[in-house]
Amino acid sequence: MSETANSSTAITGAEIFCRSLQAEGVDVVFGYPGGAVLHIYDALYRQDKVSHVLVRHEQGAVHAAEGYAKSSDKPGVALVTSGPGATNAITGIADAYMDSVPLVVFTGQVPTSLIGNDAFQEVDTVGITRPCVKHNFLVKDVKDLATTIKKAFYVATTGRPGPVVVDIPKDVTAASCEFEYPESIHMRSYNPTFGGYTGQIDKAVDLILSAKQPMIYTGGGVILGKGSEALTEFTRKLGYPITNTLMGLGGYPSSDKQFLGMLGMHGTYEANMAMHHADVLIAIGARFDDRVTGNIEKFCPHAKIVHVDVDPSSISKNVKVDVPIVGEVEPVLRALIKALDAANAKPDPAALDAWWKQIREWQSQDCLKYDRESELIKPQYVVQKFWELTKGEAFVTSDVGQHQMWAAQFYGFDKPNRWINSGGLGTMGVGLPFAMGVQFAHPDATVGCITGEASIQMCIQELSTCYQYQLPIKILNLNNRYLGMVRQWQEFFYQGRYAMSYMDALPDFVKLAEAYGHVGMRIDKPGDVEGAIKEALAQKERLVFLDFITDQSENVYPMIPAGAGQNEMILV
Amino acid sequence: MRHIISVLLENESGALSRVAGLFSARGYNIESLTVAPTDDPSLSRMTIVTSGSDEIVEQITKQLNKLVDVIKLLDMTAHPHIEREMALIKVRVGEAADREEVKRLTDIFRGRIIDVTQQTYVIEITGEGSKLDAFLEAVSPFPVQEVVRSGVMGIARGDVALQL
Ligand SMILES: Cc1cc2nc3c(=O)[nH]c(=O)nc-3n(C[C@H](O)[C@H](O)[C@H](O)COP(=O)(O)OP(=O)(O)OC[C@H]3O[C@@H](n4cnc5c(N)ncnc54)[C@H](O)[C@@H]3O)c2cc1C
Ligand SMILES: Cc1ncc(C[n+]2csc(CCOP(=O)(O)OP(=O)(O)O)c2C)c(N)n1
Ligand SMILES: [Mg+2]
Repeated sequence: MSETANSSTAITGAEIFCRSLQAEGVDVVFGYPGGAVLHIYDALYRQDKVSHVLVRHEQGAVHAAEGYAKSSDKPGVALVTSGPGATNAITGIADAYMDSVPLVVFTGQVPTSLIGNDAFQEVDTVGITRPCVKHNFLVKDVKDLATTIKKAFYVATTGRPGPVVVDIPKDVTAASCEFEYPESIHMRSYNPTFGGYTGQIDKAVDLILSAKQPMIYTGGGVILGKGSEALTEFTRKLGYPITNTLMGLGGYPSSDKQFLGMLGMHGTYEANMAMHHADVLIAIGARFDDRVTGNIEKFCPHAKIVHVDVDPSSISKNVKVDVPIVGEVEPVLRALIKALDAANAKPDPAALDAWWKQIREWQSQDCLKYDRESELIKPQYVVQKFWELTKGEAFVTSDVGQHQMWAAQFYGFDKPNRWINSGGLGTMGVGLPFAMGVQFAHPDATVGCITGEASIQMCIQELSTCYQYQLPIKILNLNNRYLGMVRQWQEFFYQGRYAMSYMDALPDFVKLAEAYGHVGMRIDKPGDVEGAIKEALAQKERLVFLDFITDQSENVYPMIPAGAGQNEMILV
Repeated sequence: MRHIISVLLENESGALSRVAGLFSARGYNIESLTVAPTDDPSLSRMTIVTSGSDEIVEQITKQLNKLVDVIKLLDMTAHPHIEREMALIKVRVGEAADREEVKRLTDIFRGRIIDVTQQTYVIEITGEGSKLDAFLEAVSPFPVQEVVRSGVMGIARGDVALQL
């Protein structure tokens, strides 16, 4: 199958793959082998610069690569075989697409001569992934491999980041050619915005300074664009209230007094009320998701809106804005700060005072209160204790469900890239593989995975990977024996008909953890929560699975029911 | 409102399905779509006829621009422009009188008969969609066997040009 090249400096496609990854500074690839990628695995084996982490399911590989990317400033890389390897990777790719995670996913493909023949383990990977990637490539000639890899990393990491799939037929990995990795790349059809378009800055500043009831609403773009320092300076300078989306948490220090908490369906009363009553809304790196806006007809009815986003298609997609600014958050915020300093006008102090008075009144609702005297373990209490005992310094991943919302509400993030969860696709099963990726990016950091007994079972096989690589992750399983988020909707909107939301026949998680070689602990009394977390944190070298038997009937409050406005919250 | 969007994109396998997939995935209307390589064989030019509110058409153009294979586009609707569509129509004309009448109609519409047999004519006709509709209406009394329409092509008048 291999093409003999004339020149002695020619190397195989598989070697080109390795050398290209080295040139990109990739230190770890998450993957799983199979027939179509065996040449690549052989080449990886014969070098030592790029390490490979063997997961237990390709979904885990892609989520681990996401966790790595979300917690660091590098893209994540995954490698899977053709056919089932590629289809198993789809959920991870779609997840990365929805949350704009920079990833490069390499998929093996059947040899070019067999493409289209229903060959063994053939799927049309480029076709299947097309709607859930930023871009994808099929490499048909070894001579295109290095340039395609260069393009893939370039597209994945610039502009609005996202996953890029590179499908490599087996014969391309066997064929040889000269290797030269391009220094830089230009694509005439891809011109992401670098920096910011400053034409609208003055208009934005005028509007911002004219506000009487301003609100700053920021999202995942601030984390992705490394804008949190600039955002903090901008927000403090103005003295305006600020809220973060689920994806934006940590973009502004949650312990700061200008921070009103998360907004949206399970956001705080004060954040949502302030949105509803705002006269000027400053939206930065956020995409007006329906979990945030609630009923779009009732969204921010009084506000003029400034929107900063690197992706023009995010602007005026769901909500028409008044001052659009296409650009990266960091340089745009710097430009805004400069323009604010140069402006003669200042925010109206009397109006701002009155606005803050109103906001403090909303805050006095204490919308996140829960019963601290309960005999049962309250899930909120577990998260709060974990936050206290890790001094808010841990990296926290979560799965999807009630526990995710409690993690978001009760773990105060003061820094960006510390909160790793699935917002857009809402993928159960991400928590553990996310945590693996985070731990590889930060080997010495405390990594907590706040999960539920249903979600954790969707990628539970990765406990085996954690053992192989001795990842000391702390799993906090908020075990309510329910698909809690589903049960909550059934309680509120289906008169308590709990169709299929009960987790019958749960495994013994302590034994399960032990079977995988880890430490397991079951905690069923509130008085034991603190001690157990301390003990787990003390086990610096081991993965500890904390199975907290929590109050089954606990619900996530506050809540904006679907179709309601931001001022129509259900409170505790 | 109806919009004609012309797109220059990389002439690569898969580029067409990215555009078609975008329209179906996002539920945008697509009335017609034509595509062919340009004088520069590395480029394809596509003409898409779509309809929607201003907000939707704004999203369509933004989403098209976001596709990595798309290089440039122009919403023709914003400029004076020319639209053309071609149709090939096969009509059964067994009777001499029918042949006369169909020939006359074709001349009136400045079409051409490009294939003749004992039983059939193939007529070629170009123009705006409404002209083609009118012609089809005019020949409808005769047994029309086949109609092939190319879909719309468009080009801006004067100095405005969609080029690299
Ligand atoms: C069970 C569940 C409940 C949820 N409840 C809530 C809730 O109550 N509240 C909530 O907020 N969310 C909630 N979500 C999440 C929600 O579904 C969305 O994922 C989230 O609101 C989107 O966050 P975002 O607007 O910050 O956008 P992201 O998805 O983070 O998108 C980032 C935006 O920033 C832009 N961007 C990226 N990089 C840059 C850059 N460098 N410069 C400028 N712009 C950039 C992108 O183009 C994009 O528009 C929930 C999810 C689940 C699963
Ligand atoms: C893969 C997948 N399937 C289904 C859902 C729908 N879903 C959302 S939350 C949830 C229940 C999660 O239960 P658990 O992990 O125990 O968390 P809890 O809500 O109980 O805290 C379900 C089924 C989903 N988000 N992802
Ligand atoms: Mg549960």
